[in-house]
Amino acid sequence: MRSIEQSLASFNQAGIRPVAISVDSAEVTRDLMQKAGYTFTFLSDPNAEVIRRYDLVHAGAGEHGHDIARPAEFLVDRTGTVRWLNLTENYWIRARTEDILDKAKLLP
Amino acid sequence: MSARRFNWPLWAGFLLTLIASLSYVTFFVKFPETRDFPWVNLLLFLLAAMLVVVGIRRGFARDRAHPTRSKIVTSIVAALSALVVASFIFAIFIAARWLPASTGAPHVGQKVPEFTLSDANGRQVSLNQLISEPIGGQAPKGVLLVFYRGWW
Repeated sequence: MRSIEQSLASFNQAGIRPVAISVDSAEVTRDLMQKAGYTFTFLSDPNAEVIRRYDLVHAGAGEHGHDIARPAEFLVDRTGTVRWLNLTENYWIRARTEDILDKAKLLP
Repeated sequence: MSARRFNWPLWAGFLLTLIASLSYVTFFVKFPETRDFPWVNLLLFLLAAMLVVVGIRRGFARDRAHPTRSKIVTSIVAALSALVVASFIFAIFIAARWLPASTGAPHVGQKVPEFTLSDANGRQVSLNQLISEPIGGQAPKGVLLVFYRGWW
């Protein structure tokens, strides 16, 4: 997310709106955004309802055994169709922003 | 040989294993080049291992003032150093892979489920809005949905 924030101008130029989603409350999210300097859209899914609908629940992996999201990225076009996705196998390894921007160029 | 009271290579090696571990999560994780594969940290571990090996040889040398105590302390510090390295390897290469397969996640070419969630300011935002509201006066081409673990 740090690299997304750093490449925000490129995302805007490519017409791609980055959106981060987690189980964090609005309060925790505000805190994170302030500390890390994130300015793009962050959404809260405290009961992991949307995360469940996307089959991205990492059951019991949060504090006190709460369900959280596994890391995942989806590039979705304006019709709501997935054009590219990344389901990492190791949570320290994430998609590179430059690769995502390359894929974004292929969108109509 | 001179009187060797303080076994500095041993302690420096141990300290370096701690620095090598902590510097990954506090610093090197910020850069994709050092995050995806923690090569800097592994190099630091290699350096630390060399120091610890030198430290073990010193600690087990015959000229120590208190040979038994020296051997015990050396063994404990060397074992702790090994434990730190093993924990790091386990956390980064093994435990980090314990992720659900998510085989039911939307595939390429599939429509993603619609949703409405609140943003950090409590405003309700729908996927439809996200893919239709203009970006800098232009209609967006799409959205990048980034699911993350969060701080909880």
